[in-house]
Amino acid sequence: MEWVGVEMSGATTAAPAEQLTVRLKKSFRRDSGSQFTLDVELAVAPGFTILFGASGAGKTTLLDCIAGLQTPDEGAIAIAEVVLFDSESRVNLPPRRRAVAYLLQSLALFPHMTVEQNVQYGLAALNQRDRDARSGEVLESFRISSLLQRRPNEISAGERQRVALARALVTRPRVLLLDEPLTALDAVTKARILDDLRAWNRRHRIPILYVTHDREEVFALGESAIVLEEGHILARGSPHEVLQRPQSETVAQLAGFENIFECSVTGSHPEYGTMTCRIAGSTLDLEVPLVRVNAALRLCVGVRAGDILLASSKPQGLSARNVLDGTIASLEQRDMKVIAIVTCGPDFEVHLTLAARESLQLKPGARVWLVIKTYSCHVLQ
Amino acid sequence: MIVQALTLTLRLAIMVSAILLVIGVPLAYWLAFSRRRWKFLVEAVVSLPIVLPPTVLGFYVLVAVGPLSPVGRWYQALTGHTLAFTFEGLVVGSVLYSLPFAVQPIATSFAAVDQKLLDASALLGASGWRTFWRIVLPLGLPGVLTGLVLSFAHTLGEFGVVLMIGGNIPGATQTVSILIYDQVQALDYATANRTALILLLLCFTLLAILYGLRRRGVWNGWEWR
Repeated sequence: MEWVGVEMSGATTAAPAEQLTVRLKKSFRRDSGSQFTLDVELAVAPGFTILFGASGAGKTTLLDCIAGLQTPDEGAIAIAEVVLFDSESRVNLPPRRRAVAYLLQSLALFPHMTVEQNVQYGLAALNQRDRDARSGEVLESFRISSLLQRRPNEISAGERQRVALARALVTRPRVLLLDEPLTALDAVTKARILDDLRAWNRRHRIPILYVTHDREEVFALGESAIVLEEGHILARGSPHEVLQRPQSETVAQLAGFENIFECSVTGSHPEYGTMTCRIAGSTLDLEVPLVRVNAALRLCVGVRAGDILLASSKPQGLSARNVLDGTIASLEQRDMKVIAIVTCGPDFEVHLTLAARESLQLKPGARVWLVIKTYSCHVLQ
Repeated sequence: MIVQALTLTLRLAIMVSAILLVIGVPLAYWLAFSRRRWKFLVEAVVSLPIVLPPTVLGFYVLVAVGPLSPVGRWYQALTGHTLAFTFEGLVVGSVLYSLPFAVQPIATSFAAVDQKLLDASALLGASGWRTFWRIVLPLGLPGVLTGLVLSFAHTLGEFGVVLMIGGNIPGATQTVSILIYDQVQALDYATANRTALILLLLCFTLLAILYGLRRRGVWNGWEWR
């Protein structure tokens, strides 16, 4: 693969090897007529970075700009020292010279070609022997060697996904962009493909920007996460950091849980189908549904704020297994909803109705008990 | 008479289709993918022969290839005779007349190729040329074949342009449709009937094959490598 690159002029900070750096602005008018501005600055290290955001947050526009399918108004995009786009020095490599693999949700497999022809499409510059060797290796990695002569409409959705990944990765790209690639698949198929992708990434270590709404994927893959809202970066950090203290409604909704705690497993009770988890940095134990986990692994437990009951005196005779003693730190009304922050060691966010606040006569500083059913605790790995 | 006119007509139709394939595919590609602001003008010009009376088109071609125009003079200097009232002149006129019938189906099928496939091709390092040969053309093949058959059939059936440019010279410019006209003029209805029937059957068979194959999905383009 030939490379047309330009040295970054007067780079202030030496970028680590193979890091993708993006700084761009792009404004356009939406079909709805509203003005939209994408304005981001980010660095993606080798490994998985999750890109989170509601639809319309600008995720696809961002990926399109990195791949070269759309042109930013201004800014610069580079992989290590190779500049893909720079509005100042007027560099704008066409998509085919960027060595960026971009997997769309629709996969875009060539319907008239076999699996083998699809996978070898990007290897035109090699001779037949090298082409076979290269594609053989990738086909093996993604377990699709048996499908060589089939066409895309003759294989399953999961297999198509694998072919699309193989086709993108066989060219040895320097960056991989994935736009919700696994949303249409069932959990088991998805998990297997993610395993293979992770294994591939361990060997090659390139920056991977992964758009998803699925929190399982976030925790399964994420080494770091970026939250995009209205064209701006709202939060970044490890998935855990970004999701644990949701800085906004968006994050909470995307994560699905207002309360996310890092936990360690302290006991399991297979006879009851439950296990006990201690919330990190506290002495608080939660009883949660039993899942098969590697005990050494840290795990996260998510609880929706609306799933927590709040009592003004210690409740008794309950089926719920988690009754936590705490005090109200703050009460805030938002629309017709009351958001209470309750300190029980760690803070819990609890959502109440206006009527509940009134009848319980809740005030900051009041002693309360939180009641959480075992099955309201969701284990996120 | 009939055999001579029929051979000439088929020869004309084959040549016109072949030339239209060479001109029509790049033109259709441009129409399908260009973002030029004045593209609509080219589209209008290409479609003109559909609405224009053949006599109008024939008249302008006749003037254009005649000894009074630069093109006509240049051709005359090159070959020693004018294009008017020759087989070559017929080819030129017929190509123009059948242009929309070749270009429109091809352009439509090219434009129908999913943009995401073209993006995917570019992202895999393919040039525009390679994307055309490996993606656009194979997937647009049904449109190319339809364009070929339609321009072939349309040339078989044309009359006005041929009469204006070619006149009625047996063996040189007398096509089947002109022959029928000739026979009716001579009040020889029985022969005219036979000739007309041959042309009718020929056109019907061609179109039946086109639609029959399309229905069976033989031309869905995916079987092609």
